[in-house]
This record gives sequence, structure tokens and C-alpha cells, in this order.
Amino acid sequence: MPKHYVILGATSAIAVATARRLATKGHKLTLLARNSSALQEIEDDLRVRGAEIASSHAFDLAQETGQAAILEEIAQTGGPIDGLLVFYGILGDQARAETDPAHARDILQINFNSAVDWILPAAQLMEAREQGVVLTISSVAGDRGRRSNYVYGAAKAGLSTFMQGLAHKWAAMSKELRAVNVKLGFVDTPMTDHLDKGGPLWAKPEGVAVSIERALEKGGPIVYAPWFWRWIMLAIRMTPNFVFKRVNI
Amino acid sequence: MTLKETKAIRSWGGVVREPHFVAAPARRDGVGDVFDAAAGMDKTLLAHGLGRSYGDSCLSPGNVILETRGLDRFIAFDRDTGILRAEAGVSLGEIMRVTVPYGFFPHTTPGTRFVTLGGAVANDVHGKNHHVAGSFGENVRAFGLLRSDRGEVTVTPDSEPELFRATVGGLGMTGIITWVEIQLVRIASSNIEQEIFAIKSLDHFFEVMEENTPKFEHTVAWVDCTARKDELGRGVFTGGNWSSDGVLEPHRTGMLNAPFTAPGFALNPLTLKTFNSLYRWRQLSKAGRSKVPYTSHFHVLDAIKNWNRLYGKRGFFQYQSVIPFSTAKEATREMLTLIAESGQGSMLAVLKTLGPIEGRGWLSFPREGVTLALDFQNKGQKTLQLMNNLDKIVSAAGGRLYPAKDGRISADMFQSGYPDWQRVETLRDPAISSSFWQRVSQS
Ligand SMILES: Cc1cc2nc3c(=O)[nH]c(=O)nc-3n(C[C@H](O)[C@H](O)[C@H](O)COP(=O)(O)OP(=O)(O)OC[C@H]3O[C@@H](n4cnc5c(N)ncnc54)[C@H](O)[C@@H]3O)c2cc1C
Ligand SMILES: NC(=O)c1ccc[n+]([C@@H]2O[C@H](COP(=O)([O-])OP(=O)(O)OC[C@H]3O[C@@H](n4cnc5c(N)ncnc54)[C@H](OP(=O)(O)O)[C@@H]3O)[C@@H](O)[C@H]2O)c1
Repeated sequence: MPKHYVILGATSAIAVATARRLATKGHKLTLLARNSSALQEIEDDLRVRGAEIASSHAFDLAQETGQAAILEEIAQTGGPIDGLLVFYGILGDQARAETDPAHARDILQINFNSAVDWILPAAQLMEAREQGVVLTISSVAGDRGRRSNYVYGAAKAGLSTFMQGLAHKWAAMSKELRAVNVKLGFVDTPMTDHLDKGGPLWAKPEGVAVSIERALEKGGPIVYAPWFWRWIMLAIRMTPNFVFKRVNI
Repeated sequence: MTLKETKAIRSWGGVVREPHFVAAPARRDGVGDVFDAAAGMDKTLLAHGLGRSYGDSCLSPGNVILETRGLDRFIAFDRDTGILRAEAGVSLGEIMRVTVPYGFFPHTTPGTRFVTLGGAVANDVHGKNHHVAGSFGENVRAFGLLRSDRGEVTVTPDSEPELFRATVGGLGMTGIITWVEIQLVRIASSNIEQEIFAIKSLDHFFEVMEENTPKFEHTVAWVDCTARKDELGRGVFTGGNWSSDGVLEPHRTGMLNAPFTAPGFALNPLTLKTFNSLYRWRQLSKAGRSKVPYTSHFHVLDAIKNWNRLYGKRGFFQYQSVIPFSTAKEATREMLTLIAESGQGSMLAVLKTLGPIEGRGWLSFPREGVTLALDFQNKGQKTLQLMNNLDKIVSAAGGRLYPAKDGRISADMFQSGYPDWQRVETLRDPAISSSFWQRVSQS
């Protein structure tokens, strides 16, 4: 049966790969992103691939206020929200964040605070119906702070903990309520274009989209994609500090 | 935008593997920046789709390559009329997955579905139904072309007749194609009713074709290049018609991966003979009538990803000619004899008749007659010499070669095969060139 999914950050490479899979199955999608011309192209593409587009909205998702009203309007237009998928985010620049508090705040605001601003009112709507899925894209960077990206890592860790709590609450309420947090490793997208890619740890958006779709349908509360990151991060978390501090990652 | 020099880029044949500056814009409106970047570096630019051309028409070592795979969005699809518009980097396989469930199919498909729309237009590709359908350009209604001197131009056969004829089959020389609108054809099923039987000799091939071309929408023959004398030209005929059973299932995306680049395994007369005999035997074990999914009929080689690597590190050449019917029989006999004698035969040699519908491009390859496609493992001078000798037969018979498959043709051979080539040169975007074009446009 077609579902109504609301996609925040629909222009992200990983969001596009995921949405294409959802489109093929004929789901109804509401798309939100800040770049309106890119959003228009993606909307057309998803429609041809089989999606019904309920509506699409272009604005800065991190600066918005009035999320509750927007979500209600989205539910009015496209029908009750079966899933909220949070893809948008920025990696930011760690070195800059250390000396420029505004940049550090941006990283936190976009990846964490604003995500919470969207998820809480969506969760209200879902709790009222006793059904729905919230799926967020977090990062293995949140599993242990590292010198190369700990502001971003902290924001993602916050998001992961928040989702863990929501999942805990919902587990006690209904089987039909699921909070799913997907922790990604390295994915070849515009966000990582400044890095050297290649090697077995790098995944493609189309690859992680398979895991994300599966997690959306029946996963939770914590999903690593690709799956082997669960074990890599276990090892990294278990590494004693006197060793870890010498590792340059 | 700055471009970093990256690893070697290759085409399907893998003979040339040289470094290029690579840009891969994620959106159509990023294409203009790549023109600027190339101009800033004083380099020429060339579009590169899925690199399924065998030779050097999609290569330009030391210059800028614009990979089009980021332009992979559909734009519109009318499920009643079958008119589809998509960005130039969308592949025919992706189109099939989207349109087959609605009973629509590209009006022709080459032997692989891993070709982009841009590449299909730039080579005006043809398929097993050429005798009734013509080549890819037939169904092209319009496309967007970005040029360094004119910006984005919408090209239709009526609005820009010259640019249309120069771009269809135009090997990417007239600009970067950003999107393409095509007319799909209706299918009543995704299955093909297929018939396979043995061809005994070259004379038999011509009889079989005459008798069966009217019966089948899709025809092709595989030839055993190691056979000689009375058996020369022996092979296997495959014909197919769309079924009407109402099943509309697109192909699946998974496939086997060729495990490694073969360490240049020896294709000597003995292994070739063995391969050809085995292949013939395997094909004939399927002789008779059967119903198969379209992809088993059209895209046999797509079942194994990267099969081209099996030719080893030095790569391989393709050689595809078309020769008018009046001289085809004798010329084909000469070519097959030469190849069998050289002992450098080909593993997958394909023989097919092309029909009377002329390509709409000045450089469209297909023309009425017989086309022979061969592959030769690259053994250096020896292989080049064999192909030069084949050239003489093709020229004398009034034939020509297919640029999509070529990586060595001389300017003379090209220019005599394509008398209209200068019209394309005149409309070439001055910012664009390729290795192939550099070679064949010399005076
Ligand atoms: C297994 C196999 C079977 C094949 N069978 C057939 C067959 O049956 N019939 C047939 O006709 N061909 C056949 N081919 C050849 C293939 O169809 C063509 O080479 C086709 O053009 C490849 O498309 P591509 O997207 O890979 O383009 P590329 O090979 O990357 O590029 C081909 C040309 O198109 C130009 N180009 C690509 N995109 C654009 C763009 N956006 N704008 C402007 N120019 C562009 C390039 O500059 C280049 O000149 C076969 C190839 C293989 C590997
Ligand atoms: N790639 C990886 O290796 C990796 C690893 C772990 C986690 N992740 C996470 O995966 C998610 C998707 O990223 P991606 O890899 O697909 O990269 P991406 O293609 O760069 O996507 C990031 C998206 O976030 C959007 N965005 C950023 N700030 C926004 C704002 N204020 N309002 C609206 N949209 C905003 C961007 O929009 P614009 O295009 O308009 O800027 C962009 O579409 C992110 O949450 C990222 O943290 C990625």
C-alpha cells in the first residue's frame, strides 16, 4: 500500500537515491529542501519514476519556525504522515569551527537543533495516530569524538541519543511507532567531495539507500550502513584512550 | 572550478588508458562551468557517457572529459503517448525499467543497455531491428545542446535542421547534449518469441536473411570466425518478435562480475577455435523456439559485468563495417577468409543485414547492406596490419566503418566513408574535440 513519506533535505545525494527506490514502489512523497531549482528537477525525476508528489517546499530547514503548522499543512495536503525522513546536514569545517563560534553553532543548529525542531511535532502527529516512522541519518562520527570532526560528531551524537530516547518511548507505546537512526560510514556524495575516495570503506549512495529503505520498512532503532561499521565502531569505542590518543583520525 | 588530473580513463576496448582532467557535474546547470574550466586551462572538452564506445571517440588524453552520468534525471514521461524526456546521462536500461511496466520501449536498443541517451544520439546507435526501425535518431524529437558559442540551444529537426543532422551520429562534436526527448514504441509484452537455428555457410547466411528478415522484427547472426572453406560463414541465426502475452516486467539490475582482468590469456588459434566451437554448440543447444525476457534477447553480454576485462591488460579492438548489398557477399567472404587465415579470429563476430531507413545524421553509420562486427585481442602491429588489410576490402566494396567501435582508422578511410564529414566539422563547437576526431579530420 502506498505510504506518505515526508523527506527533509530531498536534494541530498543519499536522499535522492533513497527517494528513487520509494518512487519505484509508487509511494506518495512530500519534498523539502532549500534549493528550489534542484528540488524541481528532483521532483520531476521522482514523478517519472513512479512517485506521487504530494507537495514540495523550498526553504532553509534550519532557520524555519512554525514546524508544527507546516507539518499539519503537509498532512492536510498529502494525507497523514506515515514517515518523516531527515537527510539534510552539513559536515562543516572543524578547524574553522574551533575559532569561529558562529560556524560551530551552524553545525549544531543544522545537524541537531533544527532536526529536533522538526521531529518533535511530527512525533506528536504520529503518536496521536499511534503509527508512523521517524528515520534520521546520523553518522559513525557520533560514536566517538575524534580530532578531525568533533563538532559535527557531537551534533550527530546528540541526534543519535535523541532518537534512541524516542525509540525507547515508542517501544512502550505501540509496535506501529518506530524511531530509526541510520548511522552511515563514508559515502561518496558532494559532502565528501574534498576527500580522497576509493577503497573498501567507501559506499555509494545507491548502496546505502538499500539499507535505508529496509530500515524504513522494518528496522530500528539503530542501523549501521554499510553493516560492517557496527563492528568497526565497536572496536573504535573499545580502544583504550592511551592508544586512541595516538591515532590520527 | 579547478579540475584535478585523475587516473587513467579508458573506453570499452581498453587499448588506450591515459590521464584526463575529469569533471562530473551533478546538474545540468553545472555544465557551463566545465566549458569555462576547460577554456581557462586551454584544453578541449569532450562528453563521456558510459564509455561503451570501444576505441577513442570518447577519449581525449590530456584534455577535459565531462562525465555525464551525474545528469541522470528523468524530466517527463507521458504514459499515454510514450513521449519521454530525460537528461543526457540517463541510460537506456534505466529508461526500460521505468517505461516497460507501462508497455513502452525504446524504438531500438544496441547490444548493451549500458549506454546513455547522449551516447545513443552521438553514435546514432542501431539494434537488431534496424531493417524495420532504422537507427536511434529516428525516434529523437528534440534535445538540448550546450555550445560554447551559442549557449543552450533547443534542437528539433525543424527548428535547427542542420544542427540536428550534425549532432545525431555527430560523435559529440557539436556541443554537450544536456537532455533528449524521444518517442517510445508500444510493446504488448516484455518477452520476445525467439527462434534460433544453425547457419551452414556464407551462402546460407544470405539465404537465411532473405527468407527471415521479413518474418522477424529482430535479427542477428553470430559467425564462427575460425571456420574455413565450405564451412566459412557458418554460425547461428537468432530472430525475435515481441510476444503479445501481456506480461510487462522490466529487467532486474543484478549481474555477474567478471572476476579479474585476465593476465592477457593467450588467444591463439587453438583457444579461439575451442571457444568458437563451444560457443556454437552452446547457442545451438538452445535451437528452436522459445520465449525469453527482452534482456536475454537484446543484451546477452550484459549478464556479465566488465566482460571486456577478460581480454587482458592490452585490451582489444572492435572492427565494424557495413557494405552495400551489391558487393556484400564477395567482400564478406574475403574478410572472413583473411581473418581465418590470420589465426587472429574474433570471439564474438556478428553479422547482420541493415535496412533501407537512412540515418538522420550526416555521420550516421548504418546504411542498407551487411554489417560485420569483430573483436580482436590487441597484439600490436600484427593486429593493426590485419585491420588495415580488412580496410582495403571494405573500401574497395564501397563500405565504411563504425566510429563507435574504432580506435585506429585513417583519415582517408574515414573521409571516403563519410563524404559529409566536413559539414559536421563546420558546425563543430570550437571548444570540443576528441582523439578520434583529431585523427580523422586531418587533411
Ligand atoms: C557490448 C556492447 C554492445 C554494443 N552493441 C551495439 C549495437 O548493437 N549497435 C550500436 O550501434 N552500438 C553498439 N555498441 C556501441 C555503443 O552503443 C555506443 O558506443 C554508444 O554510443 C555508447 O554510449 P555511451 O553512453 O557509453 O557513450 P560513450 O561511449 O561514453 O561516448 C560515445 C560518444 O558519444 C559522445 N557523447 C556521450 N554523451 C554525450 C553528450 N551528453 N553530449 C554530447 N556527446 C556525447 C561522446 O563524446 C562520444 O563521442 C555496443 C557496445 C558494447 C559495449
Ligand atoms: N556522505 C557521507 O559520508 C556521510 C556520512 C555519514 C553521514 N552522512 C549524512 O548523510 C546526510 C546526507 O548527506 P549527503 O552525504 O547526501 O550529502 P549532500 O548531498 O551534500 O546532502 C546534504 C544536504 O543537506 C542540505 N542542507 C544542508 N543544510 C541545509 C539547510 N539549512 N536547509 C536545507 N537543506 C540543507 C543540502 O542542501 P544544499 O544542496 O542546498 O546545500 C544537501 O542537499 C547528512 O545528514 C550527512 O551528515 C553523510
